[in-house]
Amino acid sequence: MAEKTEKLLQVKNLKKYFNVSRRDVLKAVDGVTFDVYKGETLGLVGESGCGKSTTGRTIIRLYDPTEGEVIFDGQDVGGKLSLKSKKELSKRMQMIFQDPYASLNPRMMVKDIIAEGIDIHHLAKSSKERMDRVYEMLETVGLNREHANRYPHEFSGGQRQRIGIARALAVDPDFIIADEPISALDVSIQAQVVNLLQELQEKQGLTYLFIAHDLSMVKHISDRVGVMYLGNMAELATSDEVYDHPLHPYTQSLLSAIPVADPKLERTRERIILQGDVPSPIDPPSGCRFRTRCPFAMDVCAKVRPKWHEVEKGHWVACHLHDEGLKTEKA
Amino acid sequence: MDHLLEIKDLSVVFHIFGADVQAVRGISLQLNKGETLAIVGESGSGKSVTSKAVMGLIPNPPGEIATGEVLFEGKDLVKYSKKQMQKVRGKDISMIFQDPMTALNPTMKIGKQIMEGLIKHQSLSKHDAKNRAIELLQLVGIPNPEKRVDEYPHQFSGGMRQRVVIAIALACNPKILIADEPTTALDVTIQAQILDLMRGLQEKTGTAIILITHDLGVVANLAQRVAVMYGGKIVETGTLDEIFYNPKHPYTWGLLSSMPKLHAKTDKLLAIPGTPPDLSNPPKGCPFAPRCPHAMKVCTEHMPAYTELSATQKAACWLLDERAPKVDPPATIGVGGES
Ligand SMILES: Nc1ncnc2c1ncn2[C@@H]1O[C@H](COP(=O)(O)OP(=O)(O)OP(=O)(O)O)[C@@H](O)[C@H]1O
Ligand SMILES: Nc1ncnc2c1ncn2[C@@H]1O[C@H](COP(=O)(O)OP(=O)(O)OP(=O)(O)O)[C@@H](O)[C@H]1O
Ligand code: SF4
Ligand code: SF4
Ligand SMILES: [Mg+2]
Ligand SMILES: [Mg+2]
Repeated sequence: MAEKTEKLLQVKNLKKYFNVSRRDVLKAVDGVTFDVYKGETLGLVGESGCGKSTTGRTIIRLYDPTEGEVIFDGQDVGGKLSLKSKKELSKRMQMIFQDPYASLNPRMMVKDIIAEGIDIHHLAKSSKERMDRVYEMLETVGLNREHANRYPHEFSGGQRQRIGIARALAVDPDFIIADEPISALDVSIQAQVVNLLQELQEKQGLTYLFIAHDLSMVKHISDRVGVMYLGNMAELATSDEVYDHPLHPYTQSLLSAIPVADPKLERTRERIILQGDVPSPIDPPSGCRFRTRCPFAMDVCAKVRPKWHEVEKGHWVACHLHDEGLKTEKA
Repeated sequence: MDHLLEIKDLSVVFHIFGADVQAVRGISLQLNKGETLAIVGESGSGKSVTSKAVMGLIPNPPGEIATGEVLFEGKDLVKYSKKQMQKVRGKDISMIFQDPMTALNPTMKIGKQIMEGLIKHQSLSKHDAKNRAIELLQLVGIPNPEKRVDEYPHQFSGGMRQRVVIAIALACNPKILIADEPTTALDVTIQAQILDLMRGLQEKTGTAIILITHDLGVVANLAQRVAVMYGGKIVETGTLDEIFYNPKHPYTWGLLSSMPKLHAKTDKLLAIPGTPPDLSNPPKGCPFAPRCPHAMKVCTEHMPAYTELSATQKAACWLLDERAPKVDPPATIGVGGES
């Protein structure tokens, strides 16, 4: 695999807070920093509610960031944007949503859903060109031409998700944020879609932020993987590194919790089932966000927020166990 | 045998403009007391429609149960009135839907949605129902349940919503729990807890579970028996070990070899080419024939009958006919784990 080093997206100390009541602020994303290289797939995994979707949605400006920088292809897109630049951004960045039910307008025919972006950006010169593009997209994602005149409710979950992918691809974007794009698909179709996403990437140089909870699939598709916990990034490295040498205790417990498609192994495997609740992002634990569930928590973990730093080349982690200062102190 | 639920020759058709979608085409299945039966299969193969038929939730029109019986403790639910079914639902049989968005009412507080069934089926007082709702939220791992019980669905993330849905389904200790993709939206540490929870609940109450999932890891973790569906039909059934270690149907082979392996490097996934059949015009013969690498002439003409492979395993494939050539399963089946 050729090393990808040109930064397409830089996310710096990104925060997204929601005011949930007059007094309470929910810190959905609380200072994450990472780059996405041109042509790569960066996988994003983590506990439900940890802020993966919010991170994606803030990058694509469905939400305005509370703080931090988002730099896309050298241009700051995290601040105030004119309508024109928002529109331009929406052609270059597309999102495939987690929920294939809520994300498709039930009153629109499939052809009009897929052509939505084509129409907004005036990408087709004639109605024939528009329909040709729709048919091409339907076939690209493994549906039939006959599906063009049907409505979303007539499709199964998996079929609907393919409609969502076709819609995103139709405007020929550079960067796709795929939020759980294959969760609703069965494995043989997952394989097709993942192979398809990879082919499209090779052919068109697409860059992906791939949000998912299926770690074996994330490992398979991603060049690098970021692990989030409660609005923070816990660890980020190449996917082999994350799976073979996880450093953060949270990553380690995640890996042990994956059910393996091998009944004999499943019956005998020991797994670390994390105790305790996921803390609320309204009132997160002081210091390390994971300390209330971490089997290795120390005194310092409650007091000091672990620094996000590169412990080895390309391997980032935020954990006091891997703090340079602490290591030398102990030694 | 003493089946808790027996589906006999069930067919479900949707009449949409200009076409009849034959979503489920004559399937038979049994569910025994206290067991977990997994239904796996292609997207659109009729898994959710099957479970909705059991729940009496096929929208009519456009849907219709064309043939068959759904016998619950010997009584045919297909013949039940809407009112009778309402009594069964939530109390005897409850369902966790694939889609946590539509399963919850966006305008109603989480707690109230859990309390509804408790008040209706168990005649709890409002006060007791609320306490039980908080208990259930705790059980499914929602932090600060006393506070969150008064919040609305949109204030919960996708995964948390699904846990609420599970809490609602468990509220009245049902005899059968139909779980349609119950952990798809959850990350694995919570999935591990939920699977544990479901197993614990099953041991305590003897609830039988029909588990619909795409995740063969989840199947391996929770199920005792597996039914594999394709194109509105059940193409293979067997015990967990039979399906994973000795599968006989080419679609089951494809299913097992298209998963990425966590502990090995897979360059390209082995995808089954093509798309599932259009069920408004289903193929005459084997539904898998257009995608099957072993298809023969007979396959496109005639639907294969079931071949009994053991007391617990059967498959519908012409390769199992004694006149057919012998074909070995692909080496790529190499199940997960240590390989
Ligand atoms: N519009 C909103 N208003 C208030 N809170 C929100 C909003 N959207 C998300 N949240 C909260 O922000 C946190 C992060 O949610 P998010 O949807 O980003 O999580 P996620 O990592 O995508 O989870 P999942 O894996 O369940 O999809 C959660 O606590 C959620 O309740
Ligand atoms: N309300 C409806 N109107 C018309 N057709 C429908 C309706 N509901 C389901 N179908 C069709 O019935 C077939 C079976 O759908 P079903 O939802 O059972 O699939 P599934 O096996 O659950 O798939 P998935 O794994 O994608 O959820 C599909 O071809 C679908 O298009
Ligand atoms: S910083 Fe402390 S609590 Fe946090 S993961 Fe590391 S050891 Fe555990
Ligand atoms: S019956 Fe024929 S087409 Fe169908 S699975 Fe068997 S070999 Fe393949
Ligand atoms: Mg999400
Ligand atoms: Mg379904």
